[in-house]
Formats: sequence, structure tokens, C-alpha cells
Amino acid sequence: MYELFKNLAKWLVSGDQWAGTDGIAHRIAEHLEYSLLATLIAAAIALPLGLLIGHTGKGAFLAINLSSFGRALPTVGLVVLVFLVSGLSLWSVYVALVVLAVPAIVTNTYAGMSAVDPEVKDAARGQGMRGHQVLFQVEIPLALPLIMTGLRLSLIQVVSTATIAAYVSFGGLGRYVFDGLAQRDLVQVLGGAALVAIVAVVLDLALAGLQRYLFLPHSRLRSSGRDPHRRTAAH
Amino acid sequence: MTICRPGKGHLMIQFDTVHKRFPNGTTAVHDLSLEMPEGGVTVLVGSSGCGKTTTLRMINRMVDPTSGTIRVGGKDVLEQDAAELRRSIGYVIQQAGLFPHRTVLDNIATVPLLLGWGRKKARARAAELLETVGLAADAGKRYPHQLSGGQQQRVGVARALAADPPVLLMDEPFGAVDPVVRTQLQDELLRLQKELSKTIVFVTHDIDEAVRLGDQIAIFRTGGHLVQCATPADLLARPADDFVADFLGAERGLKLLSLQHLADVPQGPAPEGGAWTLVLDEARKPRHWRATADDAELPVRPLKDTDSLLAALNESIASPNGLVARVDAEGVLTGVTSRDDIHEHASKTHGHGTHGTASVAI
Repeated sequence: MYELFKNLAKWLVSGDQWAGTDGIAHRIAEHLEYSLLATLIAAAIALPLGLLIGHTGKGAFLAINLSSFGRALPTVGLVVLVFLVSGLSLWSVYVALVVLAVPAIVTNTYAGMSAVDPEVKDAARGQGMRGHQVLFQVEIPLALPLIMTGLRLSLIQVVSTATIAAYVSFGGLGRYVFDGLAQRDLVQVLGGAALVAIVAVVLDLALAGLQRYLFLPHSRLRSSGRDPHRRTAAH
Repeated sequence: MTICRPGKGHLMIQFDTVHKRFPNGTTAVHDLSLEMPEGGVTVLVGSSGCGKTTTLRMINRMVDPTSGTIRVGGKDVLEQDAAELRRSIGYVIQQAGLFPHRTVLDNIATVPLLLGWGRKKARARAAELLETVGLAADAGKRYPHQLSGGQQQRVGVARALAADPPVLLMDEPFGAVDPVVRTQLQDELLRLQKELSKTIVFVTHDIDEAVRLGDQIAIFRTGGHLVQCATPADLLARPADDFVADFLGAERGLKLLSLQHLADVPQGPAPEGGAWTLVLDEARKPRHWRATADDAELPVRPLKDTDSLLAALNESIASPNGLVARVDAEGVLTGVTSRDDIHEHASKTHGHGTHGTASVAI
């Protein structure tokens, strides 16, 4: 066991492993490309959907049940299915990852929107805000913490699942896992898995930091006492 | 059907046979005709589910009527753009409904910003309003959750006043604060109203609040029926039916006295040589009552013309000889009034109140 971890550590830090098109740096870049692009596409689909359902209150059933649907869906099966239909193409990977990412974003966006105090929305309308003004000036800012939670959840899921790209012959950190399995090289399998986990955690922390910094002026004020509007306001 | 016509001054808001039935079949407002004079406070009062809030919300089109016409400043509200109409009408709701993610200043500046005033002008106006509603300037930089309930409610009023609308709608604005703060907020509203003379529509379920604030009171009964609409004095003196009488409560007579001023009650010269003498200082201001027999002193609380009959009655009971010392604005003695005079005047107002009531029951 000790030997295994020693070899794993050696594998992770060796300069040879990091260089070249087969190297870790390149594989991380590929992995990030699949994950970020898939999450972006998913967000482009899921955010408007979640916001629409949350704003109008119509289709709440869909928003609530979509996440269980997403959980029940076998991703590998989906990849293989799309792979069989579309042939040797990255499409199969992206379709599977987007389908995986959409439900959590929709459900959390809807949850965030429906958690906005109805009195506040009523007051916003009563002051003379139009529908889009209520949405962008009141509902979205107040729903942002949960919207961000949905994005983070999806991104982590996508990062860990993007290993399947290697299953259908493409790159990413999954290469180490599948190649390692084929070669019965346990160190390589573990190394790939560890890298996936590290990438996922780092991305999540980065998003959490961004969320803290950008989107929560009222809670930021509570902790630091600064006026978050000072930067933009003409005093 | 009950029609309320105050019959004097310009009418700011007119309901003409307005009916509201919700999709689930409940009738919230039943054939309502009601007029609200410019610069006056109309209080809509009744138990919950009587349609008073729906009535209020139809004025700024938060709810649209099923039939009938509502005019604000002579214009049919249904012919106006709902968002623009709402920006021209101040709206205060229970719990204030402030935006938790915006500073107090930005909350107040909401409508000016929607009207396109520009950030600088809107904030200057918001800062001015902080003072108007009695908040410190540094409260502007805070967030709503950092304020007390009473302070939040003041911000709610400031936000409604920001674009200087002629009409102010207030939906149980003081319902969620404790009685002491509520009284303060009511006093502030009366003070503001003296300065600003807005047309105010105020919804409450508290009859005491209605009597304190209203120039006219409209009482609603479950099912959206307007039962009676009259000035507080008329309402207290002559409730239209048992429902209204019950709603006004057992102390209806005392409430009425609290609305009557002492001004019309006759006064005579202070008595000399009785059992008690009113002692004055050099400026002829009352100091205390002194007993002729043993020089004992009792405090005196002189009353002005603007004090209520209720205060006079209270003072006449506390006074050793049933006499109330009357003073002018400077506190100089003008005369005394006996308990009998107060009683007589009180019963006279009760009698006269039966005429001149503004409600007509059909």
C-alpha cells in the first residue's frame, strides 16, 4: 500500500509525465475544454429555462423532477448510444455531458427563484417595475446564490464524468484511467482519478471564491462592513 | 349597495360599481362605489377577507376589476400602462417589502431610477427623504435587514414618496410593528400628511388606527360589501347597523369624545372664594388648586382649545371641584369649564352626529 502511494506520488510529479501531447498538462487542458464547454452549453440551455419557470411559476413540476431524471440517467449508456448514432465524433461526449449538467442547473435556478420572498416581488411590481425589471433587478440577484450552487454542482459532475471521453477514444484525464486499466497499470489509473478529483475541487473553489466576491454584496457587507456600491456609484 | 360621496373638494379616486370576482369563484369586492377626495386620508377597514386590500390594489392595477370603472385623477386606470400607473402612485405594504440586496438609499431611489432620473439625482432625492421620514443619514448605506421593523417601515414610506406622487396607497403598513412604534409611526404620518397633503388610501383592520388617521372611513364586511363610509365622528355617532357598531367596539362613545375639540365648550371666569382657588403666577398661568380651608395644594393640568373632550372629561374628574382650567396657546388662563358643560356638549355632539352622515343605505 505504502509502495503504491509512493509510486503514485512519483508518477504525479515526474517531469516526463507532464510534458508532450500525452502529458498531464495537455490532458488537463483537454479535460477542462470538454468540461467547461459542456457546462457552458448546459448553462445556456438550463439557465433561461430555470429562470422562465421560476419567473412565471409555470412548469414547476418539470423543474422539480428534472433532477431525479438526471440522476437516474446512465451517462455511459448515453455516450455509447449517441456514439453509435453519430459515429466517431466528440458530439457524443458533449451531448452526454450537457444532458448530465442541465437538470441540476434548472432545478437549482428554479429553487432560487421560488425562494424569493413573494412580498418583495409584489413590492417590485407595485413600485412600477416591468416583468423583465423584476427579473433582472430583483429575482436574479436574490436567486444568485442558489443559481451558482447549481452551476458548481453541474461543473463537478461534468468534470468527473468527462473521463468517458477516453472511453470513446478521445482525450482528457480519462485516458490515464482507461489506458491504465487496459495495461493493468494501477498507478496510472489512480493518478488519473486523483487528477480528476483535484481539477474538480480546484474549479469548485474558484467558483465559490468568484461567487463570494461578485454576487453577494449584502452578505459581504455583513462580514467586512464595506460599501459594495462605492465602486460603481457617483458620490 | 352603499354609495359613499364626500361631496366636497376635488375627487382624486373614484370607484364606479366596481366588482371583482377571482377565478376561483370568490367575490372579493361587490359592486363598490366609493369616492376619495384629493388631499384626504381614506381608511378602508374590516376583518380579513373583506376585500379591503383588493380594493386598494385595484387602484394601481395590481389587481384588475372584473367590471366597473376606477378613475385616478379623472383617468380610467385600465386605459393606462400598468407599470407607468404604478410609478405615479406611491405604494407601501406590510413588512415594508424592501429589496434585501439593495441599500436603504437605493431602495428609496427605486421609482426615480425607473423614471430615468439618473443615479445622482435619484440618490440626492433619496437622501432628502431619509430626513423627511425621520431617519439618520447614515442609515442610507445600510441594508434593510440591519434596520428595526419600525425603521424598515419608514424606509417603505420614503420609497413610496420618492417621486412625489399625488396618491399614496398603504396596505396595513404598521401592522407588523409593536404598539408603541405603531403610535409613533401614526404620529409621523399625520405630521407628514400636514406638510404634503397627499391623497392617501390606507388599509387596516385596527379601528383605532382608522379613527386616528382617517378623514373618512369605509367599513367593509366579508364578501366585499361596503357597509358604511363616513367621517370618523359620523361613524362613531351613528353606526349604520349592528355590524358596524360591533366593529367600532364598546368604547365607541369615548372614541367619539377623543375626536371632539374643547374649543366650542363654553367657559366662565374662575370662581373666587369657593372651597378651592386656582392659583396663578405673575403671567396669569395656572399653577395649582389651593384649598381655602387648609391651604392644601392639588396639581392642575390646564387644557387648550385643541385638546379633546376626552382629555377634558378626564381632567374634570381629576380636578377637586370638577372645573377644568382653560388656557390659550401661550398657557395664559382664559377661563374655566365645568364638568356639566363638558357632559352637555358631549351628549349634544352624539345627538347631532345623526345628521350629516355621508352614507346612504339602499
